[in-house]
Amino acid sequence: METLIEFFSFEYPNIKYVVFGTILLSISSAVVGCFTFIKKKSLVGDVVSHAVLPGICISFLASGSKDPFLLIVGAFVSGWISIIVMDAIIKNTKLKEDAATGLSLSVFFGIGILLMTYIQHSGNASQSGLDTFLFGKAAALVGMDLLAFSIIAVMVLIVVFIFYKEFKLISFDPQFAKVIGLPIQRLEVLLTSITVLAVVTGIQAVGVVLMAAMLITPAAAARFWTNRLSKMLLISSVFGAFSGISGAFISYSTPSMPTGPWMVMILSIIALFSFFFAPGRGIVINQWRRFKIQSQLLEENLLKAFFKIGESSGNFFMEVEANDLRLVRTFSSGQLSRGLRKLSTNGYVEKAGNSWKLSIEGHDKGKRITRLHRLWELYLTKYLRIAPDHVHEDADTIEHVITPELERRLEKLLDYPTSDPHQSAIPTR
Amino acid sequence: MDAFIIILTGSLVAVSCALLGSFLVLRKMAMIGDAISHSVLPGIVIAFLLVGSMQSVWMIIGAGLLGVLTTFLIEFFHQKGRLQTDASIGVTFTWLFALGVILVTYYAGNAHIDQDCILHGEIAYVPIDLMYDSAGNAIGPKAVIVLSIVLALIVAFIIVFYKELFITTFDPAFSNAIGISSSRWHYVLMGLVSLTTVASFESVGAILVVALLIAPASSAYLITRDLKWMLVLSSIFGVVSSFLGYWLSYLLDGSIAGAMVTISGAIFGTCYLVTVSRK
Repeated sequence: METLIEFFSFEYPNIKYVVFGTILLSISSAVVGCFTFIKKKSLVGDVVSHAVLPGICISFLASGSKDPFLLIVGAFVSGWISIIVMDAIIKNTKLKEDAATGLSLSVFFGIGILLMTYIQHSGNASQSGLDTFLFGKAAALVGMDLLAFSIIAVMVLIVVFIFYKEFKLISFDPQFAKVIGLPIQRLEVLLTSITVLAVVTGIQAVGVVLMAAMLITPAAAARFWTNRLSKMLLISSVFGAFSGISGAFISYSTPSMPTGPWMVMILSIIALFSFFFAPGRGIVINQWRRFKIQSQLLEENLLKAFFKIGESSGNFFMEVEANDLRLVRTFSSGQLSRGLRKLSTNGYVEKAGNSWKLSIEGHDKGKRITRLHRLWELYLTKYLRIAPDHVHEDADTIEHVITPELERRLEKLLDYPTSDPHQSAIPTR
Repeated sequence: MDAFIIILTGSLVAVSCALLGSFLVLRKMAMIGDAISHSVLPGIVIAFLLVGSMQSVWMIIGAGLLGVLTTFLIEFFHQKGRLQTDASIGVTFTWLFALGVILVTYYAGNAHIDQDCILHGEIAYVPIDLMYDSAGNAIGPKAVIVLSIVLALIVAFIIVFYKELFITTFDPAFSNAIGISSSRWHYVLMGLVSLTTVASFESVGAILVVALLIAPASSAYLITRDLKWMLVLSSIFGVVSSFLGYWLSYLLDGSIAGAMVTISGAIFGTCYLVTVSRK
């Protein structure tokens, strides 16, 4: 607790800078990441982050200095070239996006490693520090570096703010953007440029490999909470900023802990939580919905089977053994016991010794489903001219979703029919 | 002698990768290979922490499990969470890699793996790291022995199951219809990719494994239409990369693995120019 207070009081100016820097970098990459996510090009961030290495090495070799602005220019240029190479491979060969992405990423990185080891072995004393680009070192964000990276991060955010509407259009519907006369080519170049810039600056905090996460993970997590781009940008920035603060705090309270990987760890935990538990899109809620629908289908099919047995024997309330239901329709034994138990708690069937019998409510419901099934079969044969032996499957699915209103309209349309295409009586309401 | 061992190691890695990479490229799963090569890291670290030694068998098992888990998670988020594939890959492998790095840093004192070796490995140390028999006599460099076994396994696997691999790669719907489960072969293939990654790890590092998986296979894919030829050509490209890469690194005094990748990139560039100019 004390560490927490100490941390947030920003007693040491150094902490203030590091926290400020990481938050800014996280937000700018989280915002840009939303656009690459929507364009389904999330892995572009991964490519660029690997591809900046040769650029950094070359600009160091050419200038002999570690001036952050020069290195950024080198990184920017080689990041851009990697994207051009990737697009050219996709456009001109039969290779697909995945191979082009992996190829561009790994070959650029390989060249970068070769150049970097060349610089190291040539004994240039001032090279130490180039490899912070490889692994990132958020705690080293001070002085000139911090200034340079913050300026770029702010620039990225301003560009997104100004061109929000245009970027939104070219990301969601480039065809439409073209039709209404937007200069898409130039906008694409601008969007790619700020993506590259965001990556170049973010690498300083988390390193080459984990940079991809700074772009992808907050956007992917935010997507599970909203369908609106503006909200998505906001949510993913909040996730990014939160991971920045917590990463800085963890490495402050436990100095041996690296900031970058912890930032990514926290982002990933947020993302995993969102994937599973977000209301609306989360996996848990979806599986629950599916389970609900499946058990509804099972119950209605069971009631329909009861009703059919009743129809053929003339006594709807006679006792039926569970296995007899299988003569009407295939049920697994698990489905049978599960479905019957559920039906009896809801009062649709009653248990009598080893057998089951319909209650009044159960009979009515079974009747209604059978009725809908036969009405639909009749509709298909009469209006869509489908052969009577082809209509059963379709009716089997639709019978569960027809509303009372649709039922009435069907009835009216078919002129209150009494029998279906297979000459079975359509039970009255 | 050392040069020969290094080139041999490089070739063993490159050929293993090229053979598996051909299937990855054809199945449009190159980026899943990339993801696996990063996410095996926590598997290796956890195996090391549990067993307490760098014994290859446990590392390979740990990495293999993580590789299959990665594949499973990517599929799971894509299918059940309706998350697009690119994001699913990106989230999964960075998460596992971050976990690996955190574990490595936490136990840095007693683990002989650091981030450098994860990223680009050091093939130059291969000749020094010998393997001994029970009597204590050196029988050869450890990496060469391990990689030879891996390569033999992969070659045997491809020869024995060529038909299954072929059919699940080119027509998964048909293969499922005749009872060859395409998803089972998918996981088997990904298990082999993890195995190769972890075996090549110490010598070339995770990211350069990806290059050797994708580049030679893609180059071969551009100039042939026949799967058998593609396998042969990509292996040849792999060996050539190893030879010329060694020479290039000697010239520049730089990383051997980096140079190998640079050469394989150059080979791809040549194949690319040839196909584009032919159009």
